[in-house]
Formats: sequence, structure tokens, C-alpha cells
Amino acid sequence: MLVEQIALEFGMRERKIRVLIAKPGLDGHDRGAKVVARALRDAGMEVIYTGLRQTPEMIAEAALQEDVDAVGLSILSGAHLALAPRVVALLRAQGQERVSVFVGGIIPNEDIPLLLQAGVKAVYGPGVSTSKIAEEIRQYVAAVSDEIVR
Amino acid sequence: MRLVEAVLNGDRLALARLLTQVEQGTPAGLKALDMLFQHTGKAYLIGVTGSPGSGKSSLVNRLVYALRHPIGDASPKRVAVIAVDPSSPFSGGALLGDRVRMRDLAGDAGVFIRSMASRGNLGGLARATVSSAQVLDAAGFEVILIETVGAGQAEVDIARLADTILVVGTPGMGDEIQAIKAGILEIADILVINKADQPGVEEAEQFLRMMVETALTQKDTDDEGKRWSPPIVRTIALRGEGVQNLLDVIQQHAAHLENSGQSQERVRHRLEYDLINRVQERLLARWWGEVAEAAFREMLERIYRREISPCQAAEQLVEVTNQL
Repeated sequence: MLVEQIALEFGMRERKIRVLIAKPGLDGHDRGAKVVARALRDAGMEVIYTGLRQTPEMIAEAALQEDVDAVGLSILSGAHLALAPRVVALLRAQGQERVSVFVGGIIPNEDIPLLLQAGVKAVYGPGVSTSKIAEEIRQYVAAVSDEIVR
Repeated sequence: MRLVEAVLNGDRLALARLLTQVEQGTPAGLKALDMLFQHTGKAYLIGVTGSPGSGKSSLVNRLVYALRHPIGDASPKRVAVIAVDPSSPFSGGALLGDRVRMRDLAGDAGVFIRSMASRGNLGGLARATVSSAQVLDAAGFEVILIETVGAGQAEVDIARLADTILVVGTPGMGDEIQAIKAGILEIADILVINKADQPGVEEAEQFLRMMVETALTQKDTDDEGKRWSPPIVRTIALRGEGVQNLLDVIQQHAAHLENSGQSQERVRHRLEYDLINRVQERLLARWWGEVAEAAFREMLERIYRREISPCQAAEQLVEVTNQL
């Protein structure tokens, strides 16, 4: 309803979830990243899309400037074990302890525990529904906001 | 307040977090704005507007790069960018993609880029854009570029915020030039024809020149010294061509504002506009806090049944709160 929207805008503004979607590494397949970006937008989130061939340093810096709640990495090149833990480490080094990192793309099953150990919150392979991704991001962000009072 | 001190000391994470607080309008964010206000008023604000797909983000990328790598002995400026993109009216979400074009700026500690969703605000900016620019100003950024949502005719809020306004168009699309003709051409301090290697650039420039000479006469004043006819500048942002020239023209405009006393005028207008907006916001919030929702709904029904006109209804709803 219109009037609720206005009330929200003028009174207590809604806390929007902000998500950075990035493609680290050298593969040029950004279809999956774009599908997820659009789905998260349609789930009411503000999605910052950074495009292809980002270094972990660029991703961490963009995540800092944009003060995002979550970072989604789309990796199809097989370099996930090098790239994802590096992004997590850089984020933590910058003091962004609260940012959830999730990974999408082609990730062999045996690598998933390694990524989770390195601090990745979740890994989404082909066929995962986008609504599941949105729902889980919402849960991570809610859990963190409860933990740390802003 | 620790966050404010950290921002003044150049802490980028604190700056990012404060911008979020300000955008959400939290009590902490508003308090911080109050504390930071005395440190504002130093930055030069450049607005970049124009139709969607005209290359605004690529142009901003190049302009910032040029400011960071000046020719000669000039020292590089600290530059911030606020890039506004529209929110979806249906989901309230947004896809903010301006950073894709700004990758040349990655890794430069003298640059800070922040994407903002318009969050339902019309006019080409987000409601919190003014406040965010104030925070970046206080944080010591010397130049702030504000890229509006892809704008047509009505998205002219930037006119009340920036010192120099670039209106960006492209050649070869007569309709597009048409689309930017009215309100938005009138706010231009500099007209940029980007993608100037495309066919139709001569026609586009001719058309713009004609618009400048006719439609913009209202902007003229009797005061010779204040008169400024918007120059038309060609650029090819993807290759960086014409960007240094554009920077020079921006500097000429800045000097013109300074010499003619109009920079003070613009600052006054900006503050006036900001004040009016904040009063509106407060009045509406107070009214909403006091009016009973049931009364509001009842009034809406009466309007729907054509028992009362919207004008009368509004009058009565406001009177109710006045009596409280």
C-alpha cells in the first residue's frame, strides 16, 4: 500500500539488505551471476554488480565502500579454492567480520567442505532455486544483526 | 561519537558504515550529520545526468581517473562518486551496475565510490543523496561526482545540488536528443556529446547549439557578468578522448561561478532546498504519527464514494492533527 510505503520512508526507514555480486578470476561466463543478481533484486535487495574479471582485492574494496551485508562470488574457472578464501581473508582483514560470503558456480562436492572451512557461508551449485539463495541470505544477515547491535 | 571521529580521520570502513546509517536515517546517522556539518562546504560537486545508455558511468570513470592523474605538477584530488540507480517499484530492490564501468579506479585509496538506490524517490536522486554528499564532503573529498539515474525530462533534482552540471547525450539518436530537450537541457552547465565517434555527431551538435540559443534564453540574465552559455563538448569516454578538455571546461565553469558570485548563490540555494526538504519530511512524519490510520482509511473510502473531494479530505485530515 502506498501510504505504508510513505510512512516507512519518512518514519523508520527499512533496513535494505545490500549484496555485492562479483566474478573473480578469468572465466567470462557471467550468466549465472546476472541471474542471481536479478533474483536478489526481485527479492527486494539492493545488488551491486561489479562485472567480470575482478581480483579478490577489487572485490574486498568494493564490498567495503558499499558496506554490503553479503558478497556473492560466481566462479566457473575451477580456481575457487584460491579465490574464495582470499576474498574472505581480505574482508576479515579490513574489519568486515559480519559480511557473509557465498559462492556459486561449478564447485566439486569434495571442495565444498574446504570452502566452508575457509569461512564461506554457503555454496550454491547449478539447479539451486534463487528463492532459496535469497531466503538464506536473509537468514545470515538477520543472524548477524542480532549478534552485533549496530 | 567514535564513528564521526573515525570518518574525519579518513577511516574508509567507518565512512562506508556511516553512509549506510545516513541512508537509513537512523538516529545515529542523523546525529553524525549534525556533528559533521561544520566540516562541510569545501567539496566541489559535479552532477552528471543524461539519458540511459549515454555513457555517464564510463565518463565518470574517465573524469575521476583524470582528476587522480593530473597533467603537470598539479596534485591529484581526492574524489568521491555517488552513483544513483533506480529501485524497482515492485520489489523495492535494485540492481546497481555503475561500478562495472569504473574498474580503472579500483585500488586507488584516493577514490571512494558508493552506489545508491533511488528508493522510490523521483527526480533522479535518492532521498539521502544530499546527506551522503555532505558526509563525503566532511570526510575530505575535494571533488564529488554525482551520477543520477538515467534521466529524461523531469529528473532535475541534481540542479539543486551540484556546482557544475553535465548533461550527457549521444549522436545518431535524434529521439534521444529530443528526449533530453526540455527541463534537463535547461539545467545543463555543460552539454556533453559522448560516443562522438558515432555517425550523426554534427547533427547532434547543431541541434544542441540551436537548443542552447533558443530554449535556454530564460537562463540568461540582464547581468552580463552572470551569463553563461553552456559549451558543447565532445567526448569518447570509452577511449578517454576529450576528457581532459571536458575537465578544463568544468574548471572554466567553476571559475565563472566564483568570479560572478554565483557559487555563493548556488550554495545558498542548495541549503535552502535541503532545509525545505527536511521540514517537509519532518512535518509528514509528525502528521503520520498523529493521524489515526482508521481515520485515514475512512477518509479514503469517503473519497472513493465521491462523498468528499480529495482537497477537503486533506484539509480535514490535517486539521485533526492540528487540534491535538
